[in-house]
Amino acid sequence: MTNVLVDETSNNLNQPGEPESWRRFFSFSTDHKVIGIQYIVTAFFFFLVGGIFAMVIRGELITPEADLVDRTVYNAMFTLHGTVMLFLWTFPVLSGLANYLVPLMIGARDMAFPRLNAVAFWMVPIFGVVLMGSFLAPGGPSQAGWWAYPPVSLQNPSGALINGQFLWLLAVALSGVSSIMGAVNIVTTIVRMRAPGMTFFKMPIFVWAVMSAQIIQLFGLPALTAGAVMLLFDLSLGTSFFDPLKGGDPILFQHFFWFYSHPAVYVIILPIFGIFSELFPVYARKPLFGYKVVAISSLIIVGLSAVVWVHHMFASGTPGWMRMLFMFSTMLIAVPTGIKVFAWVATIWGGKLRLTSAMLFALGGLIMFVFAGITGIMLAAVPVDIHVNNTYFVVGHFHYVIYGATVMGVYAALYHWFPKMTGRMYNEGLGKLHFVLTFIGANLNFFPMHPLGLEGMPRRVASYDPEFAFWNVIASLGAFLLGISTLPFILNMVGSWIQGEKAPNNPWRAIGIEWLVSSPPSHENFEVLPVVVASPYGYGKSDPLVSNADDLEVAHEHH
Amino acid sequence: MSTTNLDSSLTDEAVLQASGHDEPDNRMFGFIVFLLSESVIFLSFFVGYIVYKTAATDWLPLGVEGLDVREPAINTVVLVSSSFVIYFAERYLHANNIWGFRIFWLLTMAMGSYFLYGQAVEWSGLEFGITDGLFGGTFYLLTGFHGLHVLTGVLLQLIMLGRSFIPGNYDGGEFGVAATSLFWHFVDVIWIVLFLLIYIWQ
Repeated sequence: MTNVLVDETSNNLNQPGEPESWRRFFSFSTDHKVIGIQYIVTAFFFFLVGGIFAMVIRGELITPEADLVDRTVYNAMFTLHGTVMLFLWTFPVLSGLANYLVPLMIGARDMAFPRLNAVAFWMVPIFGVVLMGSFLAPGGPSQAGWWAYPPVSLQNPSGALINGQFLWLLAVALSGVSSIMGAVNIVTTIVRMRAPGMTFFKMPIFVWAVMSAQIIQLFGLPALTAGAVMLLFDLSLGTSFFDPLKGGDPILFQHFFWFYSHPAVYVIILPIFGIFSELFPVYARKPLFGYKVVAISSLIIVGLSAVVWVHHMFASGTPGWMRMLFMFSTMLIAVPTGIKVFAWVATIWGGKLRLTSAMLFALGGLIMFVFAGITGIMLAAVPVDIHVNNTYFVVGHFHYVIYGATVMGVYAALYHWFPKMTGRMYNEGLGKLHFVLTFIGANLNFFPMHPLGLEGMPRRVASYDPEFAFWNVIASLGAFLLGISTLPFILNMVGSWIQGEKAPNNPWRAIGIEWLVSSPPSHENFEVLPVVVASPYGYGKSDPLVSNADDLEVAHEHH
Repeated sequence: MSTTNLDSSLTDEAVLQASGHDEPDNRMFGFIVFLLSESVIFLSFFVGYIVYKTAATDWLPLGVEGLDVREPAINTVVLVSSSFVIYFAERYLHANNIWGFRIFWLLTMAMGSYFLYGQAVEWSGLEFGITDGLFGGTFYLLTGFHGLHVLTGVLLQLIMLGRSFIPGNYDGGEFGVAATSLFWHFVDVIWIVLFLLIYIWQ
């Protein structure tokens, strides 16, 4: 009954050119694997763009005087650095990983809505161009910071209708539309397209994490959209929603903004938790500790994420009862997160560790995440938060999350699934060099921000008191090291894709449906849908994961 | 949940579906997820409106005495009734009575268009604009954003009406008709909340 045979002709629909042609990556392909790689490569391009902005920022800050760029250029640099890194690197690269992996992991042939998937991807380069186009706008790009607080974001000295802030809002709105399309698609795919036998509690943790993250997108993003529309009206039509001079309420914008943008942190970190949960069992040869608890804790984080946003506004004239309430709810987040951390540690504990590049990045990312978690709890405490509000302490904290855990987690995932995606093995030596440079660079760059913040150095300034110079020089050197660290990565990825050793189906001896099919998988992944009979992470056990492992790819021989 | 694919392997048609995507059930599920998400935008606007209104010291702009309720109330009755009319249109389609479907569907479109016309008349008669304080801003933002949804609904209905003339197109039900109908109910419910907030709570 489960031998669902597919019409041979359906195998190569919508596929311009040869299935293996590189041209498919430049086409409106509807194959989730092509779209996944399109997302990842596009995002990495913008990662380099955002990285160049970061180099300018750290170049400016290596001396106390504002001497490298004009202050308005500096403002544009930190605004665009944050915006690009979030909307054009982190979200798209995680969408790419989810796109590539989720259908394979749940045993589906594609996403639920392949065309919608392609449209959502192609919006990314479009709003990327819109945002970069703001360099050409009168008055230059937005200078209001990535959170675009009014009344700063309502200033429009050039007077032009199409100004930097307008283009910023347009780009963010397009990004929101793209993300909602993606979220609808991914949630539908996970809920409705799982293979026979793949119950919710047989799904890999990465799938749980992605589903949880996309649920946050669905309820959070519309709030930001509402705030952005009202800000756009204030800016372009002269309404007074957030303009205090005309009776508006700028704090309301902060509520709209953080109601989404704090949960957005979990949209980012949950898939990284998923990556950690996938990698540690593989490279420690042990089942994931506490699978069900880890799975459910993602959903608990989703629930809590909706009731913590005001902790970004402790210094915004927030009433005392609100401060107490949100301090408490914020600290609660540490519970499901701590559960995960302990589960990973218990998974690694006593395991036979294989320190491949992927595992090194996962371990490094975990260490930096724990550090970020500790400073996060400090920031949740109202008195500490008010003391270090708007200082480098906050910047240091979230860079440990966003770079330390997230970028390192993404690198870990890219190394781990590189053989699956490309059919080639990467160079382990270059991978390890990349890890060493990244880990040292990230800590050199972001650790000094903590003492700087505690000493009182404010963020978003081009010049500072010379007493802060020591830690700033170290941070800048760390940043330049991070810039250099991308070179072995690019060399490795491009070089290995072109002439790396051919990858077998399952180079890491991992357990998972994606490792049962060829590297790279064929166009619709499975000739016969897998029938899942075992829980994931069965390391050290002899149960097969699916009952028809040998039949999944009969088609491969036909081609 | 996972029985979906097992069951579908029973029929030939379902075998093809299991291989593919854009399955009608998936599309309806995805559309409902989208509508839930979309409703949060309205919810955000409503919350903003309530915050503004309760905090405002002088809510109405100078020279404005409030909103006339009579015409919008008629508009409300028309729009809410159209939700029942579109339900009958769907029933006719399920009963394979294509002309019954078309007549009631067209009636829904007429009622939706009347609503838009009524709103346009109301807007043109108002003595305040979008820049007249938070009152003017929220009024035009909320009614305008909702009106845009009504317009979208009418255009979707037009497309579905056109597609009913393709022979055999609606045999065995049609996702587009069901989704348009659901969207229309959604737009209606939003309007009821909006009407209460803006016109009744003055």
